[in-house]
Amino acid sequence: MKREVPLIITIVTGVVIVVTFVIPHSPFGTLQDRLMNWFIIVSGFTTLLGLDSLIQYHLRKIRDRRKESGYSVVLLLSFFITFALGIYSWIRFKSPLVPISPTGWIYSYMLLPLQGTMFALLAFFITSAAYRAFRIKSLESTLLLLTACLVMLARVPAGNWLWAQFAHLVGAVFHSVDGNALAQAPVLSEPTNWILSVPQMAAKRGITFGISLGYIAMSIRIILGIERTYLSS
Amino acid sequence: MTVLVLAAGAGVIPAAPGPDTLREIPVVSSDASAFKFNLKADDVSNDGGGYLGLEWAVFPLDFGNLETFSGYRAFRADKRAGPYDSIGYTRPSGPQDSALSLTATYTDSTQDGKLFFYYVKAFGPGGEALSDTVGPAKSSAQWFHTGRLNFLLVAVLFGVLLIFYIERAKKGRMFVRRIAGLDAIEDAVGRATEMGRPILFSFGLSVLNDVTTMAALSIFGRVARKSAEYATPLLCPNSDPLVMTAARETAKQAYTEAGRPDLYNESNISFLTADQFGYAAGVDGMVMRDKPGAVFWQGYFYAEALILAETGHSVGAIQIAGTTSIEQLPFFVVACDYTLIGEEMFAASSYLNPEPQMMGSLKGEDFLKAVIMILLIVLALLGTVGVILSTAKGQSAPAQVFDKIVNWFQEV
Repeated sequence: MKREVPLIITIVTGVVIVVTFVIPHSPFGTLQDRLMNWFIIVSGFTTLLGLDSLIQYHLRKIRDRRKESGYSVVLLLSFFITFALGIYSWIRFKSPLVPISPTGWIYSYMLLPLQGTMFALLAFFITSAAYRAFRIKSLESTLLLLTACLVMLARVPAGNWLWAQFAHLVGAVFHSVDGNALAQAPVLSEPTNWILSVPQMAAKRGITFGISLGYIAMSIRIILGIERTYLSS
Repeated sequence: MTVLVLAAGAGVIPAAPGPDTLREIPVVSSDASAFKFNLKADDVSNDGGGYLGLEWAVFPLDFGNLETFSGYRAFRADKRAGPYDSIGYTRPSGPQDSALSLTATYTDSTQDGKLFFYYVKAFGPGGEALSDTVGPAKSSAQWFHTGRLNFLLVAVLFGVLLIFYIERAKKGRMFVRRIAGLDAIEDAVGRATEMGRPILFSFGLSVLNDVTTMAALSIFGRVARKSAEYATPLLCPNSDPLVMTAARETAKQAYTEAGRPDLYNESNISFLTADQFGYAAGVDGMVMRDKPGAVFWQGYFYAEALILAETGHSVGAIQIAGTTSIEQLPFFVVACDYTLIGEEMFAASSYLNPEPQMMGSLKGEDFLKAVIMILLIVLALLGTVGVILSTAKGQSAPAQVFDKIVNWFQEV
């Protein structure tokens, strides 16, 4: 029964959702929204499960005096202090989301900078990943390097500036060449636009087709009860 | 009859039936008086009822006078003679063209089956005008969304194909190409075991109602089973409590099936945070502290993808990624040893569990892919020929057919 009941619920819900997509008449038309509301309510309660897991995990780490359990102390203290300040803000300011409340302050001056810092790390990670990807090892990686350099140069002001300087230099050396006209020529932008809108877009759309069909096939497998890997025995 | 009104008017003309304040209207412009609203009131199609749609040609003052033209007010009554109540105000949101081809619309909330009459008043600093009264019109609910017939037909076709291939797969073996990322699961777990390090599995920011998560769960089940067989700890930090619960159930079953339920440690599959970069920081911390020998990034990822994968690379872990997020795929391809690209993730459960039903659905998917490819080639040729044959007088027959087919697919 532990396996059959969830399977029946999944099949019935899946079929109903598909049917409601083509039947706008009441009660089918609004059923999908209603089911989604139920899902949101249920998933809201599971946040408690998550909190329980988080607190238990770190309490165990502290109790077992595991290596680097100091981080767990910081996490639990931060959690309970923020929670207490949230309740205080709710009573004092009618909402913990008010910017002048303690939780508003924590959000603006602690959480946002921390999030920004993590996001900023991406720049360094992109550099190290790009270094590995663009190393010239084969014909493919050479093509990748050249294409990436071209696209990057065309997307930043420095690229256009460099091209303009080069064009003027050519104009100064070869008097038959108009340096200003050459500087205005879309040497970087046109090939870049072509790369982005033709080969890149073709590959992207091919992958999108595959993902969409895989999505539908997986959904049908779940609705028909063929796909059961998400169920426990 | 359309009645036009301008503020600094000269004459007086009879008004359309309506409130007393609109009975006498001064007319100034003879050109404007010829304007036809062509007001129509119809049931809103393909809805669950309760709405009537009004549509009329945009008033001449509306053209290029966005600052000065005020808009339109719609009036409604349940009898032609009135009394009419104002039901709302609207105006087209952007500059109109000069070909008088655009229409303004208003959707009225009504009671199904009840008859209503409408007229529209256009007004602004320069003048006002009334439309004819239209009606009676009534709203109703539809039992079938005709605009989604394309979806239904494709879904039925796909369903029939899947069932056909599932039945065919029961009769004989089917060939599936090797998927390196899935073949490498055992090697990755074995390597982590040899190094005496744990395995880390992340679902990213996936939520349980995403099909990608379902696909990732089937891969997680295989990884959990292998980690049970090799007695290697499996860590799984989560950003969604529902996914965490499903992952715990899957791991528990995998450990039981492997005959090692004693090794299952629920606290290893824990909730971290729902915050995107908080999650990235937390997982990065785990990677740096525990130094896993194998890392699996399977699920839906956003900007944190490369932060996670590069951290995994920095500790020398063998990394197998899989996502349906097209924007993050290149990052995983660069930073990881193996990457399951989009559909390969969905094929994972069939690949790892090659039962006829699963294999048949894969084949059905491939067949539909072939159909789409043929359709794309045919449509590309048809569209190109259509453009070549079209003249200034009008579209050629192939171009018209092309437009019809494309529009049919775009209807949903």
